Amino acid sequence: MKGSQAIIKSLTDEGVDVVFGYPGGVLLPLYDVIYDSDLKHILVRHEQCAAHAADGYARASGKVGVCIGTSGPGATNLVTGIATAYMDSAPVVALAGQVGTSLIGNDAFQEVDTIGITMPISKHSYQAMDPSEIPQMIRSSFYIARTGRPGPVVVDLPKDVQEGELDYPENITIDLPGYKPTKKGHPLQVKKAAELILKSKKPVILAGGGVIHSESSEELQHISELIGAPVTTSLMGKGCFPEDHPLSLGMLGMHGRVASNMLVDECDCLIAVGCRFSDRTTGDVNKFAPNAEIIHIDVDPAEIGKNVDVTVPIVGDAKIILSHLLRILSQAKGRVSNANWTKHVKTFRASCIPRLSFDETPLKPQQVIKEISEAVTDDTIVTTDVGQNQMWMAHYFTSRNPRKFISSGGLGTMGFGFPAAMGAKVAMPDDDVVAVCGDGGFLMVCQDLATVKEYDIPVVVCVLDNRYLGMVAQWQKLFYDERISQTKLKAMPDFVKLAESFGVNAHRVERPGEMKETLREALDSGEPALIDVMIDPNEILPMVPPGCGLTEIVGEYQVERENPGEITYRPSAKETGGD
Amino acid sequence: MDEQRSHIISALVMHRPGVLQRVSGLFTRRGFNIDSITVGPSEQDGLARMTIISRGDDKILEQIIKQLNKIIEVIKVRDLDPEGTVVRELCLIKTHATSESARSEILQYANIFRGRIVDVGPENLTLEITGTPDKIDALIDLLRAYGIKEIARTGPTAISRGSKTI
Ligand SMILES: Cc1ncc(C[n+]2csc(CCOP(=O)(O)OP(=O)(O)O)c2C)c(N)n1
Repeated sequence: MKGSQAIIKSLTDEGVDVVFGYPGGVLLPLYDVIYDSDLKHILVRHEQCAAHAADGYARASGKVGVCIGTSGPGATNLVTGIATAYMDSAPVVALAGQVGTSLIGNDAFQEVDTIGITMPISKHSYQAMDPSEIPQMIRSSFYIARTGRPGPVVVDLPKDVQEGELDYPENITIDLPGYKPTKKGHPLQVKKAAELILKSKKPVILAGGGVIHSESSEELQHISELIGAPVTTSLMGKGCFPEDHPLSLGMLGMHGRVASNMLVDECDCLIAVGCRFSDRTTGDVNKFAPNAEIIHIDVDPAEIGKNVDVTVPIVGDAKIILSHLLRILSQAKGRVSNANWTKHVKTFRASCIPRLSFDETPLKPQQVIKEISEAVTDDTIVTTDVGQNQMWMAHYFTSRNPRKFISSGGLGTMGFGFPAAMGAKVAMPDDDVVAVCGDGGFLMVCQDLATVKEYDIPVVVCVLDNRYLGMVAQWQKLFYDERISQTKLKAMPDFVKLAESFGVNAHRVERPGEMKETLREALDSGEPALIDVMIDPNEILPMVPPGCGLTEIVGEYQVERENPGEITYRPSAKETGGD
Repeated sequence: MDEQRSHIISALVMHRPGVLQRVSGLFTRRGFNIDSITVGPSEQDGLARMTIISRGDDKILEQIIKQLNKIIEVIKVRDLDPEGTVVRELCLIKTHATSESARSEILQYANIFRGRIVDVGPENLTLEITGTPDKIDALIDLLRAYGIKEIARTGPTAISRGSKTI
């Protein structure tokens, strides 16, 4: 068969049924095969959106997302999306067209060194120089992308290689002698961790994206309840522990919850699982968890000891390690007693629940997010863009399940939220999908309204419209003497008309109470929609300034006063064993 | 702990195009220092051995080794203990040498250092020497007096002493 046919066969053998892409000259052989294949191809309107959509698809489903871009500019447009997936460990395979092998290196038309450009932002990359390499390469790419610490893999496909002939092998074995991710944690280390936990009086669990990748939410919750330890998460970990659980503290870090920041400061044992201690999570590392012995569980050995010194490192898959830990801790049940700490945690947590209800206009973002929370169900997937919209969502939105909160953390990529929502909806057609974006970030990718219209991908985009590059303006207000340099968006489209011009339903929300209803109706309509939400441009989220410790929060932190008691936690059907 | 030391890192890698770029790119991107990097085929078909000399404290060294191990084409990495390691570098030195006395002195130095004259011209001599980097530095210092025209060094390559292999 032809190289291009082998590409499609390899993809379908991997279980791929949908790809996000954009064609080009060197991809003609591939697109000619796509023409009569069963593979669903979604034509995006910018390759960056193809990469983000593949990423959103991957994060929502746990499967590998696939994007395609042509050589040169197609490949460079994929780059931001590949880097985004890399920073957040999302399993993505990016297929890039390349000029013919005889032209490589000659600065041919639309030639770019895709391998060279993507080397530092991908988990691995391949360039096929012969059609016979294709099956093995694509197979290995998927294997690398989804195993160990997941990440993006790039496959560069020269035009003549797509055109050349090969015999598709019957059996493909993966032969990667240099790639053997550790799964099982070292038993001695797990034992040491258990001892440390049993000795501690004030344990806190910090959960990151690794908990979601390894699907170990249940084990995590069992441990938390067994030892009475509260759980805080990184941005990537949001949703891995039900945030209305009395032991949930919410997100930690620069824009984290007060309860998290204060209790991590106080704890004597921090059990960090599948997180990489990013500077946004820790604040000044020298002031981070100053009283704690740290246990760090991660599948990537290089993350251990990289940013924070740890007492007990454990390399391996979080699910396997947490189950092991749980077995040891359950046997020592009588010795686990942190009742005083747990009580303190619950009271302290209740005393600093952020205020959400506001009845003024312009609308307060807290109120908008409260209404979004009320309009959605546990199965709704929300994606965010980057900026204040993202941090408001991370801070105020209550996530209860893994893979339902999707956001660009490591790279902080504006323009991520909308295409990621598109990918998530394609992956999980039965779940409602809402993208929460800023006006600046949405405008970077708004052309893909055409895609959601054409393929009838019913996502609802909520544009939190403040006519500012809000997050940057916030920093200018707080740290640069209110000198608002280049962050006021003066000429902006009418987002309602913009959406309508693409044939997408659109609504405007300006007053408290309207958001909930409008969003619910938009979701129920089963069609793509945009909601332009006019919010207070002056609202800022209290934060920990860069370089400060987690307790050094600036800005007024408004606490919910009307209802300070216990939060009501609704165990999900799964937890209660119901249907 | 915080002491900056020179480390000899030996890595067994797939012998494929792009691997050297991946390794050296890693050092650049992560801000690790590279004093030198040498690479050549190893005892096993399809595998090459790299010797990387890098400076840093223990924490940096740990990161270097862990990050190198993440590269899919890197099969094994070891930080070699300097005591138990044979380190050699090859150097070619072209010196200015017109007078008879200069020529015989240079020849003598070459003998003392177990080097060899590998090329002779009317106005120059080229020496070949292998040894530890220190030994090569010492010879270069001695030859400066005659006027060095060109130096080409390979950078150190290393192998552990005894029967130990990586
Ligand atoms: C591609 C990209 N460019 C620039 C930035 C820097 N940046 C971070 S937040 C932000 C402002 C975002 O403004 P907007 O999208 O309106 O969202 P808001 O903060 O107002 O919610 C900018 C410019 C970025 N993160 N990504």
